[in-house]
Amino acid sequence: MGVGIEVQNLNAWYGSNHTLQDICLNISANQATALIGPSGCGKSTFVRCINRMHETNPIARVTGTVRIGDVDIYKDAKPVEIRRRVGMVFQRPNPFPTMSIYDNVAAGLKLNGYSNRRALDEIVEKSLRNSALWDEVKDDLRKKSGASLSGGQQQRLCIARALAVDPEVLLMDEPASALDPVSTSKIEDLIFQLKAQYTIVIVTHNMQQAARVAEQTGFFLNGRMVEFDTTHKIFTNPSDKRTEDYITGRFG
Amino acid sequence: MSAAPPEIRVNTEMAAPQQAGSGDPAAKSAEPSEVRKYLLSRGNSAFGDRAFHVLMVLCSLTIFGIVALIVWQLVLRSQMSWHAFGLKFFFQRFTDPDTHRSSFWDPIGQQFSALPFIFGTLVSSFLALLLAVPLAVGTAVFLTEMCPKILRGPLAFLTELLAAIPSVIYGLWAVFILIPQLREHVNPFLISKFGWSGLFDDTNPTGLGFVASGIILAIMILPIISSLTREVMTAVPHSQREAVLALGATRWEMIRMGVLRNARIGIVGAVILGLGRALGETMAVTMVIGNSAEIHKSLLSNGASMASVIANEFAEAVGDMHLSALIEIGLALFLVTIVVNALARVLVWAVTGGAPRQAH
Amino acid sequence: MRSDLFPIRSRARKLTDYAVTSLAVLATLLVVAPLVGIFGYLVYKGASSLSLDFFLKGPKPVGESGGGMANAIAGSALVLGVASLIGIPLGIGGGIFLAEFGRGTKLATAVRFTADVLNGVPSIVMGLSIYALIVLPQKHFSAFAGGVALGIMMIPTVCRTSEEMLLMVPNAIREAALGIGVPNWRSVLSITLKTASPGIITGCMLAFARVAGETAPLLFTALGNSFWSTNLNEPIAALPLQIYVYALSPYDDWHRLAWAGALVLIILIVLAVSLVRFVTSRGVLKGAS
Repeated sequence: MGVGIEVQNLNAWYGSNHTLQDICLNISANQATALIGPSGCGKSTFVRCINRMHETNPIARVTGTVRIGDVDIYKDAKPVEIRRRVGMVFQRPNPFPTMSIYDNVAAGLKLNGYSNRRALDEIVEKSLRNSALWDEVKDDLRKKSGASLSGGQQQRLCIARALAVDPEVLLMDEPASALDPVSTSKIEDLIFQLKAQYTIVIVTHNMQQAARVAEQTGFFLNGRMVEFDTTHKIFTNPSDKRTEDYITGRFG
Repeated sequence: MSAAPPEIRVNTEMAAPQQAGSGDPAAKSAEPSEVRKYLLSRGNSAFGDRAFHVLMVLCSLTIFGIVALIVWQLVLRSQMSWHAFGLKFFFQRFTDPDTHRSSFWDPIGQQFSALPFIFGTLVSSFLALLLAVPLAVGTAVFLTEMCPKILRGPLAFLTELLAAIPSVIYGLWAVFILIPQLREHVNPFLISKFGWSGLFDDTNPTGLGFVASGIILAIMILPIISSLTREVMTAVPHSQREAVLALGATRWEMIRMGVLRNARIGIVGAVILGLGRALGETMAVTMVIGNSAEIHKSLLSNGASMASVIANEFAEAVGDMHLSALIEIGLALFLVTIVVNALARVLVWAVTGGAPRQAH
Repeated sequence: MRSDLFPIRSRARKLTDYAVTSLAVLATLLVVAPLVGIFGYLVYKGASSLSLDFFLKGPKPVGESGGGMANAIAGSALVLGVASLIGIPLGIGGGIFLAEFGRGTKLATAVRFTADVLNGVPSIVMGLSIYALIVLPQKHFSAFAGGVALGIMMIPTVCRTSEEMLLMVPNAIREAALGIGVPNWRSVLSITLKTASPGIITGCMLAFARVAGETAPLLFTALGNSFWSTNLNEPIAALPLQIYVYALSPYDDWHRLAWAGALVLIILIVLAVSLVRFVTSRGVLKGAS
């Protein structure tokens, strides 16, 4: 079941580059929230702060508070615990090249020491069904490597891998930007179904995509969050001039 | 920027967001799944990560450990010779009180001087560089700038193989092929044509000696110099070449001005690295240099290098002082090669950037 | 004007260009010639002396013909086994540190630099140090000492190639593992290392092949032994040592054995070098990104 995310005064740096400045925002549970903005505006950095992926870069730094449910993730927990609750799907599909499809999905559990084979079989099937990949791969789960699938299939495999650890939040960093239109629409359909069970944050540079899948949308510019509101409001009647300029294509 | 704004179709059915928690209340209160409970029980692995990190740091520290170990042991075991001879160990010469003949290395009489070995090492390494550097740079120029693409891979591979052949096999080849050739053809030629210089005389009929070790060393250090030169030359940006070509330069002028000039620091580094190899090369030299602790002007006479005297005498050293003197030579060799290699690395890294490039 | 001067100068420039090109070609030929010479002769001499006996029999007393190098092959295997046990884990560990933890740190730069410098230290110096460290206190030569000497020689090579191979693994793979809550140590071992393993294995083989041909560090550690031995605590024969001894001996039969031994070593090395080249050029690791 999804939980809400509460962000207060989040600041992030890459070296001396202040990439996120004073972000405050509440993300509601069991909804899709889209983050839009021109490239380099900090939206990717923002989602990487939510599962503490940002800090894997040695020159990166974060201050501020992020609460997921009732856990202050920078105070009360270690990154590993957070990442088990917050799944992430990256811009480019990144299945483990040395593993079969099955092992790719089961990786999050197996590599954490989970060894109940029957339960694993069930979880793998359920995750693949949830990511709408089951029918395409069920016959060669263990025969084919994850890297042998097409780009769109690989991305759904990565979604299945994230779902297998039963997260509460699913972060998606431009999940369809490297895919063809057919795969993109499949991913979007998937997001529609998944948000019943998970809190979804999706970063996209494609405004139509944000409009199609998200209830709420935030607009980022130069490391700041300019506006955060319902998707309807952002796209029909934004209150900030910069948002309007961006969504009407005047820049970015 | 006059393009029409993109048409945005907002999905109106869901335009009014539901409030968090207003979903299905039954689902909300559901127990966490079995998977979730399992993962919650797994802890944060902070200890495991910490321990693994420390372990890997320790592994990498063994590199420093090895250096420390070498210095410690060699300094410790060469104390005896150091106390007996001091710095003079590296340049003295003795006169036998009975025969009045001068000597350098007399294990029976307990008199030791490293001078002939330093001389032998320098002479054979210098000869090797003289032969190898022009060839290595020529090969590198050919491979990077002139060679048809199809040949480049196999030729680079061949030079790589040359670098991987063990020293003892070069020695074996030299003993059976190179030395007879030198004895029969090359040395007589050198003596007849250049004997006047005094550098080539006919007192040593074996074919062994400095020329032989210089040639075999040259063959051995060619690959390393040429492959590093190649690396340095490929690191020169293409814009440099194009800039010179655009001025109407021929290919050679382009190579000279656009490539070699920019890569020269790195090439010097490559040559120095080759020198480092030549200084310490042991087996092949031991097999062809003739192993005699003397200093002659003639390049065709027998000699010995620092490494060869250790290889040749260590296992049968006649006493503690003999051992200690050999270890002191080893220590000197270590320090010299460390300095030479460090210098070379700094020069090569200055051009290529050091750490391997990282994939993303 | 000088317009008539120009073609002459230009012809001179062209001639220089041709001259340099032919010199470069000549240099390349001169470099390749000894290689072809050495290989050709090695195969010619070695193949005619290589027989089943070479692998199965020990040396015969001087004067009797035949015999083989079985004891030296077994000795080499034993010494190299000890060396690999020391050199491979420590080297890979160091490589993991450089690629996964030390990026951009001063310690990593220092380790990298020292490893490269150590690579250039003459192998005979390694032999001397291990002699002083192990043989002198124990008062006898031993296979174990030889293994340690070769093992510490493997560390820098294994360390640097492992680093290089690990860095070829795309960062996206690391993030994928961390992103599903796998602990870092587990991610490094089961994901990054496993993805890079074809490269790392061949790198280890290369280091193995290099030290397999090393003679100098064994001269006064393993020493050599004309009899069959598998005792780590005793002097032991090794292939390169035996080649050295046989090459300098006056007996034709021993010369033949030396050539055969050299051929065996070279085959091992050519295999390792070709494998490394295959793995790195085919980008087996890059298929993922």
